[in-house]
Amino acid sequence: ISRMKARDWLGVLPFIGMLGGIPFVNRVEPYLLGMPFVLFWIVLWVVLTSVIMAFLNKIDPATKEDSQ
Amino acid sequence: MNIALIIIFAFLVLSFYSGIRAQKGKDMNMEQWTVGGRGFGSIFIFLLVAGEIYTTFTFLGGSGWAYSKGAPSYYVLSYISLAYVISYWLLPPIWKYAKEHKLVSQSDFFVSKYNSPILGILVAAVGVIAIIPYLVLQFKGLGIIVSEASYGSISPAAAIWIGVIAVTIYVMISGIHGSAWTAAIKDIMIFFVVVFLGLYLPFHYYGGIQPMFEAVQASNPSFLTFPEEGLSISWYISTVLVTVFGFYMWPHTFGSVFSAKNANVFRKNTIMLPLYTLMLLFVFFVGFTAILQVPGLKGADGDLSLLRLSLQTFDPWVVGIIGAAGLLTALVPGSMLLMTGATLLAKNVYKVMAPHTSDAQIARIAKWLVPVISLISLYFAMSGGDTLVTLLLMGYSLVTQLFPALLFSLPAKPWVNKYGAFAGILCGVSTVAYVTVFQVTIATVFPNWPAVVKDLNIGVVALLVNLVVMFTVTFVTRNLFALNRHTANTEGTPTL
Repeated sequence: ISRMKARDWLGVLPFIGMLGGIPFVNRVEPYLLGMPFVLFWIVLWVVLTSVIMAFLNKIDPATKEDSQ
Repeated sequence: MNIALIIIFAFLVLSFYSGIRAQKGKDMNMEQWTVGGRGFGSIFIFLLVAGEIYTTFTFLGGSGWAYSKGAPSYYVLSYISLAYVISYWLLPPIWKYAKEHKLVSQSDFFVSKYNSPILGILVAAVGVIAIIPYLVLQFKGLGIIVSEASYGSISPAAAIWIGVIAVTIYVMISGIHGSAWTAAIKDIMIFFVVVFLGLYLPFHYYGGIQPMFEAVQASNPSFLTFPEEGLSISWYISTVLVTVFGFYMWPHTFGSVFSAKNANVFRKNTIMLPLYTLMLLFVFFVGFTAILQVPGLKGADGDLSLLRLSLQTFDPWVVGIIGAAGLLTALVPGSMLLMTGATLLAKNVYKVMAPHTSDAQIARIAKWLVPVISLISLYFAMSGGDTLVTLLLMGYSLVTQLFPALLFSLPAKPWVNKYGAFAGILCGVSTVAYVTVFQVTIATVFPNWPAVVKDLNIGVVALLVNLVVMFTVTFVTRNLFALNRHTANTEGTPTL
């Protein structure tokens, strides 16, 4: 800024995981890291969001331009 | 006065002291008072943003909803993380535009983008109206902390009065510099207190986190997953989307965007800030632990669960430290909200009406509007029986109505005009006001519709109304002006 770059679509992944995935994981068993599975799934995607955004920061040329 | 209250009031005095010191260190003009110059670095912006986001809602409301609703409380983890994802693309262009045009408030941004002072007044009004339930939330939280830590010797009503007076004095003597330093203390304290409670309590009562969840599951088998109806998956997805879109629309959050050093700060923050939300897990653990240990808290009393469990478990001095951390989680965002509301009313409403007012007069008016907004919030805090989460969602439904007009203003040629933006925001906010006052939900209007539609967050409906009106009015007014121009150009031309 309205054209989406290919790398910008990475930002859609957390939405797919955290929102679209919930109907398929809405259960208690198995407990993972001591948490009900549905809660573990959300926590997993919070961490993955951070990883995805770190990767995006690394490959996006705008981050270098704006630092200067 | 017991040791818990002494510790809480000692932290309050310390906050006042840091506020006074901050003000003495700087001779502040209006812009400094509002955004602290544009000189805060990455770490401090991190603290400032985190300080605003982690409020009484996180501390008491998060555990309260885990206690009374179960799985639907997970929505908080999702919406905060996803809001940061959006910020990667949303905030840099806003920051650049604001820096270029020397803007200091959210309302200024809309005025400049749409070239419409009237739209600025509407945006300021929506911001102030949305801030009220958010402030009520902070005051109610403060009331709960002071009242519970007094072991019943201070009534909830008197405790709310103490909270309102404390926040008001804090804002009057400090401004953002006081907030920023107190925010730093608060973030360190809240981190250690929440992690300690979230780990100690499940281990103390159940021997671990999984045994705690298993005990809750055994007592109520459907509590840890989303229900089929009501606060269902449909509610979860729609609520997360409404709150994600509204996340940066709060005037105080939008305003803090302007104080970044460069546009890259926002991109870097998207890496770490989602992980910060995992702190909320510990708040949930406390709420889930409390279900079987302090049973019987109904409705809004669920918000008492963290402190009731702490009172039952710890010595008064530990309760004092927990209460002091809670006090700061209300004081920091509460002061930011009050300051933003007062500045918006003075600068973006009063000054537009009386353009010859000097900056010094506006700053004075802003400072004296602080107690006025406090008293309005106090009235609602005393009279309402909503849970802390309900109050927050009400505010979110309102500020989210600003999101479409903001989004469509970002392209070089805005997708909507000022008439469309004004009408869309007005209709969206009116829809929220109507459903809030008359307690309407999709289920009450269309009782026979499928649950997946009935459970949608009502904010989604208001957003749809907003969008339809916005594009319709833009389309009609653009064509009307084009027709008028065409008529003016062809007047006097002989027709065939």
